[in-house]
Amino acid sequence: MDIIIPLLVDGLAAASLIFFIAVGLTLVFSVLRVLNVAHGSFYSIGAYVAVSIGGWAASAGLSPWLSFPILLISAALVAALLGPFIEATFIRYTYGKPEALQILVTFALFLIFEDLQKLVFGVQAHYQDAAMQVLGVSEIGGIIYLNYQLLLIALAVVVVVSLRLLMRHTRLGKLILAVVADPEVSVTLGINARQVYSIAFTIGVFLAALGGALATPTSGVAPGLGAEAIVLGFAVAAIGGLGQIEGAALAAVIVGLSRVIAIYYAPAFEPVMPYLVMLVVLLVRPYGLFGTAQARRI
Amino acid sequence: MRIALLLALAALFVAFPLAFPWLAFVFTLVISKGFAALGVAVLLRAGLISIGHALFYSLGAYTVAYLSRGAGVTDLILQLAGAVAVSSLVGLIIGLFMVRYRGIFFAMLNLAVSMVFFTLLSKLYALTGGTDGVRIGTPTLFGTTIERDTLESILLYGGLVLAFGVGYLVHRYLKSPMGEALPAVETNEIRLEYLGIAVPRVLLAAYVASAGLAGLGGAMYGLLVGHVSPELAYWTISGQLVLVAVLGGIGGVVGPFVGAFFLEIIRSFAVIYFDNIWNLIIGAGLLIVIFFLPRGLYGLIERATQRGPRR
Amino acid sequence: MTAPLLSVRDVHVSFGGVRAADGVDVEVRQGEVLAIIGPNGSGKTTFINLCTGYVKPHAGSIHLEGRDITRNTPRQITKLGIARAFQIPQLFTEHRVIDNLMLAVAARQGFWQVLAPLDQPAHRQRATALLEMVGLQDQAESDVATLPEGIRKLTDIALALALEPRLLLLDEPTAGVSSGEKFPLMDRLMNVLRSQGVTAVFVEHDMDLVRRYADRVIVWNQGKVVADGPPDEVMNDPAVLRDVVGVI
Repeated sequence: MDIIIPLLVDGLAAASLIFFIAVGLTLVFSVLRVLNVAHGSFYSIGAYVAVSIGGWAASAGLSPWLSFPILLISAALVAALLGPFIEATFIRYTYGKPEALQILVTFALFLIFEDLQKLVFGVQAHYQDAAMQVLGVSEIGGIIYLNYQLLLIALAVVVVVSLRLLMRHTRLGKLILAVVADPEVSVTLGINARQVYSIAFTIGVFLAALGGALATPTSGVAPGLGAEAIVLGFAVAAIGGLGQIEGAALAAVIVGLSRVIAIYYAPAFEPVMPYLVMLVVLLVRPYGLFGTAQARRI
Repeated sequence: MRIALLLALAALFVAFPLAFPWLAFVFTLVISKGFAALGVAVLLRAGLISIGHALFYSLGAYTVAYLSRGAGVTDLILQLAGAVAVSSLVGLIIGLFMVRYRGIFFAMLNLAVSMVFFTLLSKLYALTGGTDGVRIGTPTLFGTTIERDTLESILLYGGLVLAFGVGYLVHRYLKSPMGEALPAVETNEIRLEYLGIAVPRVLLAAYVASAGLAGLGGAMYGLLVGHVSPELAYWTISGQLVLVAVLGGIGGVVGPFVGAFFLEIIRSFAVIYFDNIWNLIIGAGLLIVIFFLPRGLYGLIERATQRGPRR
Repeated sequence: MTAPLLSVRDVHVSFGGVRAADGVDVEVRQGEVLAIIGPNGSGKTTFINLCTGYVKPHAGSIHLEGRDITRNTPRQITKLGIARAFQIPQLFTEHRVIDNLMLAVAARQGFWQVLAPLDQPAHRQRATALLEMVGLQDQAESDVATLPEGIRKLTDIALALALEPRLLLLDEPTAGVSSGEKFPLMDRLMNVLRSQGVTAVFVEHDMDLVRRYADRVIVWNQGKVVADGPPDEVMNDPAVLRDVVGVI
């Protein structure tokens, strides 16, 4: 029994990290109707940038407490530099096109980003765990927890809540919902749909990059991270129902816990759990837990 | 004109490896990837994008490995036939579920199944040799042992003949009612149902064919390289197969082979001259094809070799 | 009196609170041409969707020659001999007109061939004959995607005819067809129907067409059948004129 609670914390911390990937993916899908394979690249670029800035800060002798703003700034930097640019140059031309084509365009971007990352950051693994070290551990009931993991879980909750507040209670959220509901009507109402797409995409990039940045203190970053991240993100987004933010959160928890169960009973099968859960869910509910079918009118 | 173009391409295919022996390996790889990409292209005609066909590609290679080591089947022809049979059968079983899904969900379910397979390949050490993979020995042909060099020639020239034979069959299939129904699934599935055509059956046939083709390609790959590891089932390989199909053009049978040709040639030169950026080149090439050459590179070659306008 | 070809009994269906069919009884008799009229949004298309299994009723039953088809799929119902043409033409837009027809002909004559070409003489001849029936012989090689609405509409009807149905359901067959072409088209269509003994139901807005071609008219309003009879009788009924014809 006493092993279960730490495993749960582990599972929830892992769930938080994959939630960050999935939530951006699902948000972008819900607004732009594009399934973005390159989303995994934003995750790993966020990680690389965070590690690079963090490494510079450490060598400059700055306080390790600065790691936290650095993680945040890294993600914001990636989002600001790449979000509007990639949306305007490539993603925009795939709106309303067949899904196969959208997947291909974003896959091409993914490949290009893969090599660009190798060119810029090299092929070796990078680690920067100042943020984890400085937070230390706490002991609850005789069990030791990494405070950083608890922070991750708290941050995921913060993201769910703030996205909900953003969508329901701000002007931007209402604009986004209007565009999602009916792009054509919203344009006739004077909404700048292009701008809304650009902003939504950039928020998605930010969430992915933030996820990547937050993952570095515990797991570092190496080539292949983006490829791993995107398939996990797909699985979680699909389980929750594509375009469903709360669905992604629930799915991340389910996937995180399923991994804990696997670790407990059959450790070798831990990596397979997200995909098994995805298969089972999609076979029973083809549009995911929170998703709905759209019938074609004839 | 078309036939002449095909023969010219085939002649190039034979001539270059004779002049530059190191190309034989690359060209055989082209045929192997071409088969798998052709399988992916069959599904793409129905608007279905599979990011999971590396499952069947690697399954073909693992089947050959198992046949030669576990089951003692050393004959090359039997190994290839076995790989096609196993991957088609697995394609049938998985296809029964897949044909209910479209668009993104089809793509993601294929991805999920292939990722499960990938993980199992890595973890079931006793069966698959784990992440190290398995060695594939040189097969026999009609009861006689053959040298490694001979095998490579057989795979290249035999593979070329096979590509023509299989390519012809797939061509016939794509022109048949079942094949012509594939683009119709994408454009108007409801009307197909209202013509009394069972769309799931149309798609299942395509799925089995595509799995068999990918398995054939994978078996050739395994025999050529002499080794197979779980990486061959990873989703990026699946993505590459889709890329190859689209790069070459999914309109006909030749396109995927042309796409495979470009991929492998670029990769070969990249290794020598610009290591680490060949994904970038391929990705940029794919973007160019998508935005400027809707019929793929083969469409471009076709257009360049004929004068009059084509429908 | 012979048994009806199609009988719809006490069918109910609603979409989000809107009652498209609210206890509807309709019988389609062998060999007749039945017109369904009613205001927009009254559920006329839903009737066709119900009869072909695209929409399932919440209650009630639908029988084709005594056989219960209430829960059957569109494909199964098509196989039983009911074909439909659509209000918005449903075509294969990446194929030519002739390919569209040949797919339909192949569907009727044996579809499960994987090595014989779709474009074989038997398919092409029949497809060409069908195009002649609707007057489209000159459009055979055109790409469907580039055609004007009227021609697409005719292609759509030809696809339904290719199935040699016993019952043909037409959803506003002349919508989108130019006014000069409406009567010639309907004349040709009626010839085909009569000569082959096909029973037909058509949903229509154009009262002139209904008067001229229908044997019987059903008036559909707010999910109910409010009148049923010969065209001259029904369409001179003051209540129908006021509630339905007047607002069409």
